[in-house]
Amino acid sequence: MSFFLLTKMSKKDPLVIAGKKFTSRLLIGTGKFPSPKVMQKALAASGAEVVTVALRRIDLKNPRDHILAYLDKKKYLILPNTSGAKNADEAVRLARIARAFGLPGWIKLEVTPDPRYLLPDPIETLKAAEILVKDKFTVLPYINADPVLAKRLEDAGCAAVMPLGSPIGSAQGLKTRHNLEIIIEQANVPVVVDAGLGAPSQAAEAMEMGADAVLINTAIAVADDPPAMAAAFKLAVAAGRLAYLSGLIGESKVARASSL
Amino acid sequence: MIEAARRQTRKYFGKTIQLYAPLYLSNECVNGCAYCGFNSKSQIKRITLTIDQVAREAGYLRKQGFQHVLMLTGESREVVPVDYLREAVKCLKKIFVSVSIEVYPLLEDEYRNLVEAGADGLTIYQETYHLPTYRKVHPFGPKRNYRFRLEAAERAAAAGMRKIGLGVLLGLYDWRYESEKLAQHLRYLLKKYWQTQFQLSFPRINPAETKFKAAHPVTDHELVRMICELRLAFPQVPFTLSTRERAELRDKIFPLGITSMSAGSITCPGGYSLGVKSGKQFEIADTRSVKEVCRSLVAAGYEPVFKDWERSFS
Repeated sequence: MSFFLLTKMSKKDPLVIAGKKFTSRLLIGTGKFPSPKVMQKALAASGAEVVTVALRRIDLKNPRDHILAYLDKKKYLILPNTSGAKNADEAVRLARIARAFGLPGWIKLEVTPDPRYLLPDPIETLKAAEILVKDKFTVLPYINADPVLAKRLEDAGCAAVMPLGSPIGSAQGLKTRHNLEIIIEQANVPVVVDAGLGAPSQAAEAMEMGADAVLINTAIAVADDPPAMAAAFKLAVAAGRLAYLSGLIGESKVARASSL
Repeated sequence: MIEAARRQTRKYFGKTIQLYAPLYLSNECVNGCAYCGFNSKSQIKRITLTIDQVAREAGYLRKQGFQHVLMLTGESREVVPVDYLREAVKCLKKIFVSVSIEVYPLLEDEYRNLVEAGADGLTIYQETYHLPTYRKVHPFGPKRNYRFRLEAAERAAAAGMRKIGLGVLLGLYDWRYESEKLAQHLRYLLKKYWQTQFQLSFPRINPAETKFKAAHPVTDHELVRMICELRLAFPQVPFTLSTRERAELRDKIFPLGITSMSAGSITCPGGYSLGVKSGKQFEIADTRSVKEVCRSLVAAGYEPVFKDWERSFS
């Protein structure tokens, strides 16, 4: 499929989060890149429109901050994340600081008390989400693939849920596949599979399952050629989405003659 | 093994190196550590910065771009009491996003006091896990208490310190033994204090003003081996390499496992902006400026990171 057709397809089938339309279903994280220029090129190659930025890595007081200065705010929706927050209080405080410094009121809520596996704390995440929704933020919480938690967050007013495929940066792919299927089946808000996707094929797999979007960072940032890898993910996400919309035949234990 | 360690590091940390600066506040010390320039018997000029002087030194480092600072002292509860440490932390927290401390071992409540003042990190090296060697190189002073030092990391973690750096002073005893014990210590702490970010450092003995000769010198090759082995054992743990190492060696080995480095360091109190030149803890081997270190990192395809913390975490 040509890039032209891909673009045409995504315009007819936009991703809608909190009423805002996006033609790309690939969200990108900005950590771990070898330089801001490489990051900029990778973002351009990915076609992404939503870019997440760790508040701990940026200096909001500095207009020439090494990451923010390289992000065109007209082109990308900056989705600040609360990476490093250990509890609801810290996450809420960070979100408010970001908004006070003029970032949009969208927040990728991350509450990860364990610094090694970076798995999200469900209790603190729900608590923070409830506060931030009341505070008129557009909240996209990063969660373990827990279907009940996903529904609780949806009920709390979150704009999307972002369940993990496997631990952040681990490139293990969709280890939580069965729970992701339940989350996707039950969700009334977009499901963005976040974390653990290490190869374009894994992103395509998530999209084939019916995920609304995926978020990729490490797999692109630490690749030998980040812009090329970003382009590969762009194609994979579009292919996975198209396959999902086209109706996959599903696995079968017995042969199905193709000559009938 | 080298290639596996490099891949592992890149996968978990990307091509980034976080930079920090040490800030020495005092070289007053009552201990007799055989390897240290601050040894109470050393004939050095003893200095303890006033809080105003701390602010001046900090201002100099902030202008260099640093957002993470490590404040250090010798051990003298009389001249450098916990109240002084608290005031220094409060002063530094106004200037930097992250303030770590490398001071004499404290009680849990004392650590809590400093956490409340804004300290988010602690560096506490056991120096050696080999008890007979520990006793030999620490002939007198409170540091002779092996167990009190060994359990300091635990007291700090219990007090809510977010980041805790461990290490041994390489050269005091067989590095293989030290490496194994360090790994055991780390494993124990990781399980018990699962919310704390533990880190490892690899300080090798450098000639200080005591002219101490290492009984078990660690070669460059052995240092690399230790870093790689521990990187493979602990893929997500941040590793630090200081300016104790030569520039060319740091440039060669940082991709194998290192995730943070000091730069432009001076190891005597008042050395940055107050014109003090004597009373160093040890000699710096990598004497490059911050800009030069950044240029080397960028040339190697790495991004120097000055900020990777948020003031509001503490």
